[in-house]
Amino acid sequence: MNESKFHSVRLDKDKCKGCTNCLKRCPTEAIRIRGGRAHIINERCIDCGECIRVCDYHAKYAQTDPLSVIERFKYKIALPAPSLYGQFKGKIDRSQILEGLLKIGFDDVFEVATGADIVTRAIRENMRNATPDQFPLISSACPVIVRLIRSRFPELISHVVDIRQPMEVAAMVARKEFCKKHDVDPGDVGCFFITPCAAKVTAIRNPLTLQQSACDGAISMIEIYGLLAGSMKNFTLHAERATSTAYGVGWAKSGGEMAAVAPEHSMAVDGIENVIRVLEEIENNKLRDLVFFEGAACTGGCVGGPLTFENSYIARNAIRALMSGCDFTHPDEAVKASYLTKYNLYTERPITPNSVMRLDDDIIEAMRKMEEMEQIVRSLPGYDCGSCGSPTCRTFAEDIVRGFATKMDCIHMLKDQLKIMAQKMVELSNTTRE
Amino acid sequence: MADYIIRDSYPVQTAAYESAGDASARIKRKLKQLGIDSAILRRIAVASYEAELNLIIHSHGGELIMEMTPKSIVLISKDVGPGIADISQALKEGYSTASEEARDLGFGAGMGLPNMKRNADSFDITSEVGVGTTIQMGFQIA
Ligand SMILES: Nc1ncnc2c1ncn2[C@@H]1O[C@H](COP(=O)(O)OP(=O)(O)OP(=O)(O)O)[C@@H](O)[C@H]1O
Ligand code: SF4
Ligand SMILES: [Mg+2]
Repeated sequence: MNESKFHSVRLDKDKCKGCTNCLKRCPTEAIRIRGGRAHIINERCIDCGECIRVCDYHAKYAQTDPLSVIERFKYKIALPAPSLYGQFKGKIDRSQILEGLLKIGFDDVFEVATGADIVTRAIRENMRNATPDQFPLISSACPVIVRLIRSRFPELISHVVDIRQPMEVAAMVARKEFCKKHDVDPGDVGCFFITPCAAKVTAIRNPLTLQQSACDGAISMIEIYGLLAGSMKNFTLHAERATSTAYGVGWAKSGGEMAAVAPEHSMAVDGIENVIRVLEEIENNKLRDLVFFEGAACTGGCVGGPLTFENSYIARNAIRALMSGCDFTHPDEAVKASYLTKYNLYTERPITPNSVMRLDDDIIEAMRKMEEMEQIVRSLPGYDCGSCGSPTCRTFAEDIVRGFATKMDCIHMLKDQLKIMAQKMVELSNTTRE
Repeated sequence: MADYIIRDSYPVQTAAYESAGDASARIKRKLKQLGIDSAILRRIAVASYEAELNLIIHSHGGELIMEMTPKSIVLISKDVGPGIADISQALKEGYSTASEEARDLGFGAGMGLPNMKRNADSFDITSEVGVGTTIQMGFQIA
């Protein structure tokens, strides 16, 4: 598969029953039911993982890398997302989790929370030089939200932070420091993100704003959970491995990035539908004094990611408890200034708008299709039942004008048509009898 | 084909706070599907939202009309009263007669009309007390 089209969220055709659960819940209307099976429209999918959560048949899944992928490299570094720290019940030390990762096969660990510390400082430096029209700055941490903005709010693209994501920064720093310390070739070092979601997998395989990700793979949190939890038993602390600040750890939950980057005149919103609503307000210039906006697709932030093990609310509390034991030095001081000069923390290319919503590139043709679509909408019953395979009557009309469906795919239209035909047959048989 | 035209009307009711923004959201969605450049779209979004809210907050009800040709978009806000006695005063930044209720909901900064004027390429307002207000805003798209 072409990597530029790569999406982590996939469908297992054999398990799909063709119900309408995912169809109705997809926030970008990227799913259709065709031939009794769901079908994901790649150009529209933003990898939020909502369909993975709602599918009762587990037909939707996230393509991640198996743990065995690390064997491709001589030296393996684990990059645990901060949300991993919230997955364990009881009083657990971060170092215990990091040590556990070493036990299951990694040679070294580097906290993505430390990456978040560095990114925090970088965003804050940037903010000081931002022009008034760049505000509110919009977080780029959740790749789902970035993709959402690309297709639904392209006019907000210029507000999105152009600093790399914490996992990218973590991978860059981890690789460089490991090579220096052990005097090894960078090509022999593999950096693997322990991911709470599908979106980060896509962001690694098919990065929007980088030529190439610094991560070599993404391993699902839930997949290694059992193994990791087992390896953490009978724990003796060999070394204090966790060095990230409470602020970096806080990025695991909704509001964490905001608290670190811009606690005043800012806003953190979680849950994709809520984020859409607030972006609408920003688009309408309604939130004039807003300095920073953090949006997370998942409820509670990354602790609610589709590939996490623990319930989002419990994990969120676990993070809060863990933070209270962490160093509260702000990244402005905790992060060495040399990180900002030694590494290129900026993204490499701008985010480009995604024109999937556009009916046609030619404006007159688009207008024609729009009119045709409105006409079809008026002729449909407006039940939004999904039986046609499209999520709403409106999208169904859109699918018809785009040439992907025909009116008779609507069972109500079909029924009406059959009624007329039956009527005609009765009439016909009556006339032949006469 | 320059005279090819799409015309839509969205009724807006007075004090319909619960559906505030619906009409402009529908206009916005439509323009996105029509492929309008995002910078222009943002200006139209702001203008239509402010117009819609003024209909809800200040008018006895009216409609938002969107007329589009391949070259331009015209937004019209039309209502059935109460009308504006002093238009130049209403156009001043910070001037507002918004009710306590509207202010509690975060409206009433007196920035709506100035914002509409600033964002539109052309702006025309007529009003008669006891009859109603009509605002016409033009946007070049090509
Ligand atoms: N459609 C209308 N009908 C009657 N009066 C109006 C109408 N639109 C605006 N006005 C008057 O003009 C004033 C200024 O309107 P403007 O939109 O600039 O500010 P606002 O609505 O009061 O506050 P904001 O738009 O910042 O929430 C209003 O307070 C109101 O007195
Ligand atoms: S909120 Fe976090 S876990 Fe959820 S999709 Fe976004 S980055 Fe992934
Ligand atoms: Mg107003």
